[in-house]
Amino acid sequence: MKLAFLSRRDVLFLAVLAFLLLVVFPFALDGFRLNLVGKYLTYAFAALGLVLCWGYGGILSLGQGVFFALGGYGMAMYLKLEASSVENTKIQSTPGIPDFMDWNQITELPYFWQPFHSFPLTLILILVVPALFAFVIGAAMFKRRVSGVYFAIITQAIAAIMTILIIGQQGYTGGVNGITDLRTLHGWDIRTDSAKFILYFVNAVLLLGVILIAMFVRDSKLGRILVAMRDKEDRVRFSGYSVANFQIFVFCLAGVFAAIGGAMFTLQVGFMSPSLTGIVPSIEMVIYTAVGGRFSLFGAVYGTLAVSFARTSLSESFPQLWLLGLGALFIATVLFFPNGLAGIWRDYVQPTVDRVLKLRGKPSDPAWEAGKSSTAPAE
Amino acid sequence: MPPIGAQPKDYLLSVEGLTVSFDGFRAVNDLSFYVDENEIRVIIGPNGAGKTTVLDLICGKTAASSGSIRFRDKELTKMSESQIVLAGVGRKFQTPSIYDDLTIFENLEISYPKGRSVWGALTFKRDQAVKDRVQEVAEIIFLKDRLHDNAAFLSHGQKQWLEIGMLLIQDPELLMLDEPVAGMSVSERIKTAELLNTIIKNRSVLVIEHDMKFVEDIAHKVTVLHQGKILSEGSMEKVKNDPKVVEVYLGH
Amino acid sequence: MFGDYSLGDLGSIFAMQGFAGLILFSVYVLMALGLAIIFGQMGVINMAHGEFMILGAYMTWLCSEFFAAYLPSLFGIYFFVAMALAFVASGSLGMLVEWALIKRLYKRPLDTLLATWGLSLILQQAYRSIFGPREVGVNLPDWMLGSLQVTDSIEVPINGLLVMALTILITIAVYLLIFRSRWGQQVRAVVQNRVMAGAVGIDTEKVDRLTFGLGCGIAGIAGSAFTMIGSTGPTSGQLYIVDTFLVVVFGGAASLFGTIASAFTISQTQSTLEFFLSGSMAKVITLLAVVAILMLRPQGLFTLKVRR
Repeated sequence: MKLAFLSRRDVLFLAVLAFLLLVVFPFALDGFRLNLVGKYLTYAFAALGLVLCWGYGGILSLGQGVFFALGGYGMAMYLKLEASSVENTKIQSTPGIPDFMDWNQITELPYFWQPFHSFPLTLILILVVPALFAFVIGAAMFKRRVSGVYFAIITQAIAAIMTILIIGQQGYTGGVNGITDLRTLHGWDIRTDSAKFILYFVNAVLLLGVILIAMFVRDSKLGRILVAMRDKEDRVRFSGYSVANFQIFVFCLAGVFAAIGGAMFTLQVGFMSPSLTGIVPSIEMVIYTAVGGRFSLFGAVYGTLAVSFARTSLSESFPQLWLLGLGALFIATVLFFPNGLAGIWRDYVQPTVDRVLKLRGKPSDPAWEAGKSSTAPAE
Repeated sequence: MPPIGAQPKDYLLSVEGLTVSFDGFRAVNDLSFYVDENEIRVIIGPNGAGKTTVLDLICGKTAASSGSIRFRDKELTKMSESQIVLAGVGRKFQTPSIYDDLTIFENLEISYPKGRSVWGALTFKRDQAVKDRVQEVAEIIFLKDRLHDNAAFLSHGQKQWLEIGMLLIQDPELLMLDEPVAGMSVSERIKTAELLNTIIKNRSVLVIEHDMKFVEDIAHKVTVLHQGKILSEGSMEKVKNDPKVVEVYLGH
Repeated sequence: MFGDYSLGDLGSIFAMQGFAGLILFSVYVLMALGLAIIFGQMGVINMAHGEFMILGAYMTWLCSEFFAAYLPSLFGIYFFVAMALAFVASGSLGMLVEWALIKRLYKRPLDTLLATWGLSLILQQAYRSIFGPREVGVNLPDWMLGSLQVTDSIEVPINGLLVMALTILITIAVYLLIFRSRWGQQVRAVVQNRVMAGAVGIDTEKVDRLTFGLGCGIAGIAGSAFTMIGSTGPTSGQLYIVDTFLVVVFGGAASLFGTIASAFTISQTQSTLEFFLSGSMAKVITLLAVVAILMLRPQGLFTLKVRR
């Protein structure tokens, strides 16, 4: 891909993030902590999608966990089938099917599990199923001009339905425990320290790739149309654009991003369960985005890392305080820092950095300036 | 009224039997009128006469209950808003409708008639032709020095001009303007009249306006709407002297 | 799934499940009424609405404990005291929240959603610290526990009828308040044109605060009713927020009648399906049906066509 579309500032941000993810973290952290960072970063995929979808397009989805689940379960189904070879499961009454199915008196692998015997097919499905699902929801909603609050509520309901369904259909999905005891990927044991180390890098590189794609979209005319739509939907429509198609596109893209994150979560953590995909995780993805700054791609990554670190350290030492802290963070971000970490960076740190590095010119990102006028608290 | 036996395609726009009702209230009632190529038609009428609704119907914002709107050989009532735009109909809204968060350049660029599909927008290149055209239009709308400012910082009048510029870049065959000089200062009005006079060349224009002086300046033909129906139609001279018009509209 | 039952059986099942669904219906109506006031009239998305309901439930529990311990002779009527207390507690908290948080966000509906979600987390933690993490149940006085034998196979629980009656009363009161009282007129004026309402001398801030408080107070009463169908825990409210939003949206946000009809449809569908399927599948199918209908008819079931 040609990177000519990137501004100097973007290249600098990207280099700093790459250095942090690929050099600083692997050297500074032990295996356990590095794996933890890898786990956090999988949520950053979803947050990046939300920057485009919510920050730029003005479409708030409270159901990104659904797509995270579609990717994560896709990967988990493949790994589970590999772990449930006839040999490994010969003590079951039906050998060769996942253990939880056997426990639930299911004697045959359900049809929708069949494609997940194949690794290439699994990879394709991880990307295609979420895109299709997002397309169906998006087409139904956006073609009928549903947006804003209504869309948020419906996507949240879909997240709720999905979670209840996964928990209720224990025999097909592993229920509330999820799909656990995953061992190998195409014969390669993913539970070893070296595998976790390699998977961390795969994840980090994928994340940087997704950021590049997101930057490309943001800096294309499509990115500006998203901002325009958020602002004056009718004007865009009466300038000859089919607004719904653009909304569907960005919603699908965000869904696919989240699905990649879900798949990488399964690989690095070794299980997938409904507690990672329901209403609460979906909203947490929104808060990562909000804390990072809803108009900033890099903000989304740093926001995810910052909130996740805070959660881990706070909930280790003061479990009761964590919820209070998260709630307060939510409120404070909305009330006082609508542009999140990225806004703080832009207003207080950037000017100094610019002076030192002598970077000049406007930020390439139109919505940054936008943030000031459109989301500053009303007087 | 059309001459007997005239083919509909003789006109650029033929509106026939157009009706729309909201909860039983007929905002536009069995309305028919015809606009010629290169004609400047002004629609006047008291508040609530259905003027804006007529424009909404033509550009597809509101669906008609019955009747037909033919533009060249196309039936607009069956087309989506974006298809209507691609067919060559442009619409300016009453309150300036521009993108506050984008620069003037970007505002104009979005209306540039290229790359309107999702894929087209992703692969759109800002080439010299685009830059030249934006520059050219910016000059016409008196904003060439402000291309890289955010549109939010423009005055009300400048925002109106920007939206007119966006339509200009779109280059529609039929341009619809909803009260283009409303809320403008006197000097802005004069400049706007001048602006409109340059841009209405080589296209048909449908204007809603209350400013009678302005109407007299530009109108070829005037249609007076009252309660969703045509009260009178013809030259400004004729309409001004129509007693019905004087009573419901001009009299006050 | 209907094959194993005769027509007469089915009739009885529908009737029984219908009456069993009365309390669920009441909870939905009261929750949705509160939300509809806050969302429909003020445009605010209150994600903490479930926590306001749970506050009412906790108040009811406290009352039952208090009466059982100190005023056992009056235990029979404690529930009415509890409802009043629930209304006052949730309503006051609502007004406090409006003053501290909501009034800064009126122009940003999506942001009220995020901020009130934060609030819901804080409230959940507060309940956990104050009332403990364990779920608590409420004891009802004996006279509310029985049921009326309508026919041989149909019984109607008395508490269901009682809650139902109270719900109807509250709904009528809200209707009168919003559409017939001077105060309601002010609320509607503020909704339609805030600036103008302020200009003609309406204290818009006060109207907002009272409206929000009223919505939350009704959620508190919903909490009282809720104690009869479920046990109260710090996160019980969260389970209801999605359903309630769907009730409001499904009914068409601005329509009081729509809200009630939609609460009735959803609660009855769910309660009837529960007899035939597992609880979770009943819920999935109900929610799926609602979402599917909303995708086809996003304006909700009961709305008028107006010029946009």
